[in-house]
Amino acid sequence: MISFILRRLASAVPTLFIVVTLSFFLMRFAPGGPFNLERPLPPSTMENLMRTYHLDQPLWRQYVHYLSNAVTGDFGPSYIYHDNNVAQLIGKGLPYSMELGFYALLLAVVGGVITGTIAALKQNSFLDFAVMSVSTIGVTVPNFVVGPVLTLIFAIMLAWLPAGGWGDGSLRFLILPMIALALPQLAVFARLTRGSMIEALHTDHIRTAKAYGLPSRAVVVTHAMRGAMLPVVSYLAPCAAALLTGSAVVETIFTIPGVGRYFVLGAINRDYTLVMGTVILIAIFVILFNLLVDILYGLLDPRVRHD
Amino acid sequence: MASLRHNLAGAALICSLLMGASPALAEAVLHRGNAGEPQTLDQAHTSINIEEFILKDLYEGLTIYDAAGKIVPGAAETWELSDDGTVYTFKLRADAKWSDGSPVTAEDFAFSLRRVEDPKTAAEYANILFPIKNAEKVNKGELPVDQLGVKAVDEKTLEVTLERPTPFFLELLAHQTALPVSKANVEKNGADFVKPGVMVSNGAFKLASHVPNDSLTVEKNTNYWDAANVKLDKVIFYPIDDQAASVRRFEAKEMDLAYNFSADQIDRLRKSYGEQVHVSPTLATYYYAFDTRQEPYNDVRVRRALSMAVDRDFLAKEIYSGSQLPSYSMVPPGIESYGDPAKADFGDMSQLDREDKAIELMKEAGYGEGGKPLNIEIRYNTNPNHERVATAVADMWKNTFGAKVSLVNLDVSSHYAYLQEGGKFNVARAGWVADYADAENFLALSLSTNKTFNYGHFENAEFDALMKKSYEEQDPAARSKILHEAETLLMKEQPIAPLLTQADLWLVSERVQGWVDNAPNAHLSKFLSIAE
Repeated sequence: MISFILRRLASAVPTLFIVVTLSFFLMRFAPGGPFNLERPLPPSTMENLMRTYHLDQPLWRQYVHYLSNAVTGDFGPSYIYHDNNVAQLIGKGLPYSMELGFYALLLAVVGGVITGTIAALKQNSFLDFAVMSVSTIGVTVPNFVVGPVLTLIFAIMLAWLPAGGWGDGSLRFLILPMIALALPQLAVFARLTRGSMIEALHTDHIRTAKAYGLPSRAVVVTHAMRGAMLPVVSYLAPCAAALLTGSAVVETIFTIPGVGRYFVLGAINRDYTLVMGTVILIAIFVILFNLLVDILYGLLDPRVRHD
Repeated sequence: MASLRHNLAGAALICSLLMGASPALAEAVLHRGNAGEPQTLDQAHTSINIEEFILKDLYEGLTIYDAAGKIVPGAAETWELSDDGTVYTFKLRADAKWSDGSPVTAEDFAFSLRRVEDPKTAAEYANILFPIKNAEKVNKGELPVDQLGVKAVDEKTLEVTLERPTPFFLELLAHQTALPVSKANVEKNGADFVKPGVMVSNGAFKLASHVPNDSLTVEKNTNYWDAANVKLDKVIFYPIDDQAASVRRFEAKEMDLAYNFSADQIDRLRKSYGEQVHVSPTLATYYYAFDTRQEPYNDVRVRRALSMAVDRDFLAKEIYSGSQLPSYSMVPPGIESYGDPAKADFGDMSQLDREDKAIELMKEAGYGEGGKPLNIEIRYNTNPNHERVATAVADMWKNTFGAKVSLVNLDVSSHYAYLQEGGKFNVARAGWVADYADAENFLALSLSTNKTFNYGHFENAEFDALMKKSYEEQDPAARSKILHEAETLLMKEQPIAPLLTQADLWLVSERVQGWVDNAPNAHLSKFLSIAE
């Protein structure tokens, strides 16, 4: 097991290297640069800026410079947000995104698995159709619609909850963004659970367990659930990576100071280093969660062994 | 005795707790929506008004805008200008202090201005202070930094020498690029001087905390020379770039001020919030430029006819829901030193009369129905509103002259790059937002020597001569008269057709007192207060 984890971590290094290299050069192919504004800067000012940020050097040298700094944990200055470097911006924003993402993930998984299981057990009942149609809405209605509607009802009309901001970080600030963030994922988890649970309930070992006269709750919770969780767990990795690294849309609607927006803002503003920083962050999360899921797989499915 | 002292101390503690508790309850806090996250709090790198609002609360320049947007003394109490108009001598306030209690000195200002022009600083807006002697050469690295025309004569006297007389120099000093830094603090902390806990400022407020994309809090600066008249204890800036989110937070009463919202919200918001919705004309002009190098746009009759045929009221009301105003002058209204701008002579006609006159002029020039065909291409930068304006104008030209009009749009940087590199066109959209509140800033765009911004390559010796005369004129009234003559000429020639004066949109809660709409869009929190 240990050697499996070590092997996987070692293989992450070339993956990261390829991600960094690709995104570095792809970014530079986009027209314009961080200092091309609506009103152009005078040429002398432009020269001063390019020199200060080493953007006047050949591309390969900038690339080597970036890589050699990145391995030491220096991800460069942000071209747009002068007062902070990329590591500081991400370091300040990440805890907010992770906290919100964690709650949203918890809500999505727990809520999704419970509703999905109920729907599977009452297959083709009214309850099943109700759960599935609500989850279809969850998947199809984007959170830039859900978010403002939630705010309109709970913050402006009822004035129960804040319309946005992090405030003191207490739960009331998190409820609305958490729901907006979790809803589409909750729907996915519900559908996945329902499908695989129905399949699991029809497998031979469940039929055998039922034939032995085991109580149906035990059959579902200890036997069927275990098999039904496999597709859910495999979806967990990309979902967790996406939720924990922040959502540009939800953070913008609810004015949450997370890192989600940096990816989009960075790309629009051609803030090369900020985009690189967020790409690396997301890549690390994806790699780590995939590893975690593979380990979980081994625990859930006796056929999977990591030697 | 010991116990008595103990009791006294205890009583004092209770007293101070009680006293401390009551002002805390009455703490005056302004929740100020700001249209985005500041990119920097460094006066050398700032370029946008989101930063300006914060920086001008933290720092005080030599001159400032008062609540009505008029230039008044700031850190400088008085100043004198030499007879030839090139040397300003500023006397700093004797009681001006930094937030750490140290005195604000002339050397701080000299240091700050040198820092902005130093090429190593790479200040984005260094060019706004190029009127200072040698500034441009210093910024280009052609002269050492100590050759900049600023000198601390003594602790409280600053002498600034200019390249040539610059009648709007006091306006430039109110720009956030000209705000001072504490020399001692910047030398000690380097680039970190912008951080909470490190920053030392000389304005009405000091930086308390900053969580990027969440909030930036400033507190009353008790060392500020005019602290007795500052009514707010705290101002919290919320950096919300999403206009809809900003409006929602205002509606949820989480913010007292919201800056910039979508124009299509004006009617709805007016219905719910009435007087709290402010549409304040600003120093920005939306215009169409004609390429005067080419036929038929080298014919003044064609330019005037095209300009007259544009129904500006329609653009302002139907496309911008009243968030922009019809314009017939290049210089927007609201510049104190200039007064009413010189409108085009057709500005006061009715639209129907304008159209009749336009058809006549076009016929005279030999274009349009019955004459040479009129094929016009309008170029604009990609944006839904610009597209709607271009479509409407195309329609007006089609109906009035039977012109064939096509539209071309490019993304904003490509559009301006094309125009600035001398690309040929027929008609092109452009906008200009004032760097400083002076008519010259708008009129200089049409100088034949302005290679970058004179997109249509308008060349008129008389106009150039009037502008030159205005630079040499010291008397403000006489200068204003010359500039009016220049604008009258420009509007007669119509190398550019001004269409709209842009407006700043604010939501101002009833709680906020002391708010005055003004064209420079200057709203220092020190002039505001909160009514409970």
